[in-house]
Amino acid sequence: MSVKMIDVLVIGAGPAGLAAAIEAAKLSASVIIADLNMKPGGQLFKQIHKFFGSSAHHSGSRGIDIGRMLLNEAEEAGVEIWLKSTVTGIFPGGKVSIEREYDDRDAELVTLHPKEVVIATGASENAIRFKNWTAPGVMGAGAAQTMVNVNHVRPGNKVVMLGSGNVGLIVSYQLMQAGCDVKALVEAAPKIGGYAVHAAKIRRAGVPILLRHTIIEAKTGQDGSVCGCVTAEVNEHFAPIPGTEETIDCDVITIAAGLKPTMDLIKLAGCELTYDALFGGYVPLHSEKMETSVRGIFVAGDSTGVEEANTALDEGRIAGISAAEGLGLISETEAADRRTEIWRRLDSLRMGPFGERRRTEKNHLIELYHESVKEQKAFA
Amino acid sequence: MSNYLDDDMIVCRCEEVTVGEIREAVRDGAKDVVGVKRRTRAGMGLCQGRTCEKMVMAIIAQELDKRTDQVGTSSARPPVRPLTFGELADAEVI
Repeated sequence: MSVKMIDVLVIGAGPAGLAAAIEAAKLSASVIIADLNMKPGGQLFKQIHKFFGSSAHHSGSRGIDIGRMLLNEAEEAGVEIWLKSTVTGIFPGGKVSIEREYDDRDAELVTLHPKEVVIATGASENAIRFKNWTAPGVMGAGAAQTMVNVNHVRPGNKVVMLGSGNVGLIVSYQLMQAGCDVKALVEAAPKIGGYAVHAAKIRRAGVPILLRHTIIEAKTGQDGSVCGCVTAEVNEHFAPIPGTEETIDCDVITIAAGLKPTMDLIKLAGCELTYDALFGGYVPLHSEKMETSVRGIFVAGDSTGVEEANTALDEGRIAGISAAEGLGLISETEAADRRTEIWRRLDSLRMGPFGERRRTEKNHLIELYHESVKEQKAFA
Repeated sequence: MSNYLDDDMIVCRCEEVTVGEIREAVRDGAKDVVGVKRRTRAGMGLCQGRTCEKMVMAIIAQELDKRTDQVGTSSARPPVRPLTFGELADAEVI
């Protein structure tokens, strides 16, 4: 087996990764996109609801349809899609090891030597601790969403959801559509975190949203799995108030407490990081080209700060164009022009009470990159 | 929020490390996530800290009266996802 040389390796076939792969391949780079899942599309294929935003950002389309469209586009552009392919390491000298699983033979480790890499590994769900949080039946809201929307399996019958952000609200509704009885939404803050339009659907269906409450314990039955949920009111410091405990009958507790960027490969590649609470934790410093402090390593999507599918798509496009520019496949001026156009669109996405803060923060991160990265490290 | 947690609650489920063990590691001199990891194995299991690192950070910050961004983050080591010895043995050295 020899080391396979390619132009661009994209890690993660969600919206950011697919968009990066499409742009780079359209500019005639040879591109492989690797994803550890059995299907590409990242979180798009479980998003059966319609998106908001402008028409340039697929408003009114469902995530699942955007996923199909991207996949077709990637195939037409000549992107080689490797599924069940887990990147296990990025090594000095620019080598990347990938575990490839097959349907008809044993898995094997292969090594690629890409000239450039786009890391679009997304995010993972935050866990919340309460008594018995490790019991079977306690799971992330995203996991429950995958079960009902992708695998068509109900995680249980009676659900208590923790967290009233958009994920908590949307997944609660989708669990109800799948036939689950959602007993309550529990939210520690004094007001609902997500959009009113999503919250209204839940309230209309008669599901109580318990503000200023938290979960303090999962009750477990004889088999050790969840059979109830103990809630309590919290004070202004989010501490549970003794004497306010109530037990809700349920067999599933889902947690929608935000996400954090998946950083392991970004760390391994040696990219400079910074801590950013708004974006979910540690994130890589990157330029307006979406390039990191390591030359030839680009990032896009939730792994650069947790946002949403549309911002991930546009960041992916920028990363793909910049990767092609690095290979000399597009002129600097043309690449810069195309980036400016996309950044303008991104600015229009990052508006409103939620978006404005993200726009300011993203600009801050880019400034920080230029302040602290004087000279990029070499990769390949 | 972490000060309301009982010492016997599990934080790192892969290695079954409790809140109390992490507090003990901090009393023993750990100043950051890596220090706690070396003393307790928190974050060294199957998920490599993807689930517990934020909670470990919060407990250390709480114990040392620091901000979350002052207690570091873990270093990543290959393989970042589990591999079998067979796959490693069959892989060509290049």
